[in-house]
Amino acid sequence: MEYICELKNISKRFHTINNETKAIDDISFKVKKGEIVSIVGPSGSGKSTVLSLIAGLEKPSEGEVIVNTKSIGFMFQKDQLYEWRTVYKNCLLGLEVRKMDNEENKIKVKKMLEKYGLTNFKNHYPSQLSGGMRQRAALVRTLAIEPDLLLLDEPFSALDYQTRLEIGDEVGTILRNEKISTILVTHDIPEAVSISDRVIVFTERPANIKKEYNIEFEECVGERTPMKCRNTLVFGEYFRNIWRDLDVEKEK
Amino acid sequence: MWKKKNKQVAFISKEHDEYIKSINKEKIFIRNTQVLIFVFGIIFWETAARNNLIDTFLTSSPGAIFELIVKFVGDGSLFKHLYISTMETIGGFFAGTLGGLLIAILLWWFRKLARILDPYIVILNSLPKTALAPIIILWVGMGYSGIIATAASISIVVTIMTLYTGFAGVETDKITLLKTMGANKFQILKKVIIPANIPNILSVIKVNIGLSWIGVIVGEFLVSKAGIGYLILYGSQTFKLDLVMMGVFVLGVIAAIMYFFSSWMEKTIIKY
Repeated sequence: MEYICELKNISKRFHTINNETKAIDDISFKVKKGEIVSIVGPSGSGKSTVLSLIAGLEKPSEGEVIVNTKSIGFMFQKDQLYEWRTVYKNCLLGLEVRKMDNEENKIKVKKMLEKYGLTNFKNHYPSQLSGGMRQRAALVRTLAIEPDLLLLDEPFSALDYQTRLEIGDEVGTILRNEKISTILVTHDIPEAVSISDRVIVFTERPANIKKEYNIEFEECVGERTPMKCRNTLVFGEYFRNIWRDLDVEKEK
Repeated sequence: MWKKKNKQVAFISKEHDEYIKSINKEKIFIRNTQVLIFVFGIIFWETAARNNLIDTFLTSSPGAIFELIVKFVGDGSLFKHLYISTMETIGGFFAGTLGGLLIAILLWWFRKLARILDPYIVILNSLPKTALAPIIILWVGMGYSGIIATAASISIVVTIMTLYTGFAGVETDKITLLKTMGANKFQILKKVIIPANIPNILSVIKVNIGLSWIGVIVGEFLVSKAGIGYLILYGSQTFKLDLVMMGVFVLGVIAAIMYFFSSWMEKTIIKY
């Protein structure tokens, strides 16, 4: 089995003048190619730090991070669209940075914008778009560089509930169809369960892996979409189990 | 922007029509009042001067100023003085703004340098720069170059501070995004730091145009043989208040032109 990303006994401490905090304590996991993995855990448990480590934005204090690609896409809680660029120009950003903004790729981006219903808005500025459309534009920007590994840091949590379900459904379906390896950090358990192949539950800080769930929906084999998964019986079971894992933490 | 593009509303209700009318009405009222204040001010000044209610030796009068302008325009000397001052201002403006921008970029690039220089910049900024004018003129020269340097010195420090603060204040995630795409430092500067600060740079430009004029007038007070500042100083030393007032009036006209120019620039550049 090929792995896109491997974490071996990772620990991470943060230092300030007055003290140091251990954010992550000995975490190991692997992500297979094409797999969608979610990380859930209490707030401040170092979930986002794991993404920063994988993206190479920070170095682990101990352990080793192996990423078998140079092409990583990162999506944030806020869309981080540049307000001075039009939607289309925003989507070209990654290609420009990599000096890959040739005609062929530009046409690809235009096709993606069409696919995600943004063609009519491609010359609009982000401030003219709704929250859902902005996040969709951010997705196009992220996918434009054709990443082998997608890191999503609570990408839907700034959206209102309804949009969040819609966009979550859309994005989940896209990731599955295009077989993009993904690590999704979220505190929304239903979101994690409906989108992922595997859910990793973190303990409180310093974060450790409390439990791992392989998520399988026999009822929607073939065309699994997040929305369909939400309507199954096992869905509730996964939810209750993970909820209990997190709840126990709180009682402690 | 969004609204602008959807100007054509298919159906306009009567209520909407009245709303638009009331807004236009207020606009016209404000504009008219603004013009009236100016016109009445001039008329009042002139009448008071003609009826000896005010001492024209001290206040001059609109008529006398106008006559003087006609005379100065006629023999071309107004344009000569205006040309010299404007050129000095443009020189000082570019030196101060571009110099400030460049230094702000350097400080952003070398954070440590910024931290080391921080107290000096803060003190330089709180120092009244006009106090430095005599020193600068002695150092740089008693002519145009000294005046240009004075003008630049007035705007450069505040430019550095404002722009550096703006550069350092760009949202971290906006930069992180570029880093995850593999951007180098120069690309970060070019694609986020500068574009995110365009509104900032424009407002610095606006302020600097004014500051450069202050520098030029101060410089001309000190050393010049020509220019609007020279005219004003010469007028006051020879008790020709008409000349002083004309100088101030010309500066007022220039200020108005600059204001319209900079707001036009802002509108054309910032589209989002």
